Amino acid sequence: MSFDLNFIGILIGAIMASSVPLILAASGELITERSGVLNLGVEGMMIIGAISGFALMVITDNLFLAVIGSMISGLIISIIFGVLTQSLLTNHVATGLALTIFGIGMSAMIGKNFVGIPGKEFPLLFVNLKENIPFLGPILFGHSVILYFAFLLPFLTNYFLRKTKIGLIIRAVGDSPTSASNQGINVTLVRYSCILYGGAMCGLAGAYLSLIYTPQWIENMTGGRGWIALALVVFATWSPIKVLIGALIFGGITILQLHMQAVGLRIPVQLLSALPYIMTIIVLVVISRDSRKIKLNTPTSLGQIFYKEK
Amino acid sequence: MYKNFLRYIISVLFFLGVSGQANADFKVGFVYVGPTGDHGWTYQHDEGRKAVEAAGIKTTYVESVPEGADAERVIRQLAQSGHDLIFTTSFGYMDPTNKVAKDFPNVKFEHATGYKREHSNVSTYSARFYEGRTLLGHMAGKMTKTNVIGYIASFPIPEVIRGINAMTLAAQKVNPDIKTKIVWVFTWYDPGKESEAAQALIDQGADVIMQHTDSTAPVQVAEKAGVWSFGQASDMQRFAPKSILTSIIDDWAPYYVERSIAARDGTWKQQDTWHGLKEGMVAMAPYNSAMGSDLVKEVEQLQKDLASGKTHSFTGPIYDQKGNILVAEGSVADDGMLAGMNVYVKGVEGDIPQ
Repeated sequence: MSFDLNFIGILIGAIMASSVPLILAASGELITERSGVLNLGVEGMMIIGAISGFALMVITDNLFLAVIGSMISGLIISIIFGVLTQSLLTNHVATGLALTIFGIGMSAMIGKNFVGIPGKEFPLLFVNLKENIPFLGPILFGHSVILYFAFLLPFLTNYFLRKTKIGLIIRAVGDSPTSASNQGINVTLVRYSCILYGGAMCGLAGAYLSLIYTPQWIENMTGGRGWIALALVVFATWSPIKVLIGALIFGGITILQLHMQAVGLRIPVQLLSALPYIMTIIVLVVISRDSRKIKLNTPTSLGQIFYKEK
Repeated sequence: MYKNFLRYIISVLFFLGVSGQANADFKVGFVYVGPTGDHGWTYQHDEGRKAVEAAGIKTTYVESVPEGADAERVIRQLAQSGHDLIFTTSFGYMDPTNKVAKDFPNVKFEHATGYKREHSNVSTYSARFYEGRTLLGHMAGKMTKTNVIGYIASFPIPEVIRGINAMTLAAQKVNPDIKTKIVWVFTWYDPGKESEAAQALIDQGADVIMQHTDSTAPVQVAEKAGVWSFGQASDMQRFAPKSILTSIIDDWAPYYVERSIAARDGTWKQQDTWHGLKEGMVAMAPYNSAMGSDLVKEVEQLQKDLASGKTHSFTGPIYDQKGNILVAEGSVADDGMLAGMNVYVKGVEGDIPQ
């Protein structure tokens, strides 16, 4: 029995690890969208973060620099999006899509010299406790510092948006940029900041993949996780806590279905493969049925270009 | 009037330029399913392309082309832009290749791992990877302590099923108690998913992991977990120096060079090529000494026997999961049966996804 319990613990630990990039990218994108900016470039910013982190790790041999560098490069890439959509007033959707395509191509180009280099071991915290405490050990301990940060982030984001003045300003800008502007808020500055923050978080999500989850550089290694993060934000109706739930369900069913296959359950494999997508959508739709709350959370001006009246 | 004249001149010049180029240069195109940097399947095809280039023939390639509608567009594009020979290097390009071949009778097509040659300008080629799998099965059967072998499978096509069966048969021969557990990931290339599948199999008790997917992620997971693994398509040893026992290496270069030169010189003929250890299209990376010199010697002998034809991967009696006989005692499976293999042999767990 204790073995079984421990096994479940290991499973939950694995699920948590797999949901980290989704939580990070979705939390970042959530702030961006709350300010009224729809950035579809999540996948592109993630992959740039992944290659930058890995390249810096190889060059400097310093994981701390690699992680910081990945965030900075995600941020730099998002500046392009910011300049185009905020200063040159281009369409958000088209620009975001272009950013993703750009990011994938750019990362492949930078990455040519980093293919086939094994990654470095990322330090995990409390490995002793993980092995000595059954069940709870593998859940709570033996993770990287980024995982702990990722699991704190939705709560911090929630507090930030609801209880702080800056959070309120961001929501105001997202709901009605014109009114916010009339109140003397610099809409463009707020949106720029939110775009940069989203870029940094996506960069970190990418670094988690290339430095910790599958420590190596492989082209296209984000494998569509950026798009899932984007979808999570919408289905979670812009609520950080629901983003966390959605990411855990998605990661959980992805891993569980592999275990179900390995056990040899006689369920069609195609159905099992589709299950993470189906279940995540169903659960998020069900827990987000309150239309009043949806209205409250949805940034009304999402994706609209803001023309400042002069 | 003046403007129209200019336009006419430009278009004539352009036309001359294009057609002149098409006649002057012989060009070979490659279509890849993954990025050239996957360090697996596509990487090896691209090594083959580089060999063609080194032989003095111009090549171009398109990477990461999804199987399906996109593939046809890309193949057609290559045919239209003056390529004389086009290699399409994934099973899912089979129908698109044949479709485009029909519209371009003067262009030669070579499709990897397929079986359809609907037009006289389509050849197929593949490698007898299953011979390599037989060697892996032998090692896996000897090395496992839990008697559970984990297998990460991509798509339920004959090539993949053949590999699973060949491995299982060889492992059973040296260890009748082994079980093969399979996880289907429905992708050729998704490092994240492949590593999750590897982890799931290890958590389910597998202490030998092998893959029929293209990234190096599974062997890295195996290295971390301290279980054995095998590299796929190229030598993945440096990604998991302790864990990898060997890698199956696909060596396409000699074939690509030979076929490209034949097409250039006008001696290209339609054919179906299926080469293995004997011809060197399937090669094995150095064996890991951690498995002991006795086992290394055994495997090297088996490799020689497979290459010489003394041993066949599918030697009867072979039964399917229900116990029906597939190959009678004393005979070996013929190529037709191997090419269309769509049932598991006895000892494999689960059903083939339909």
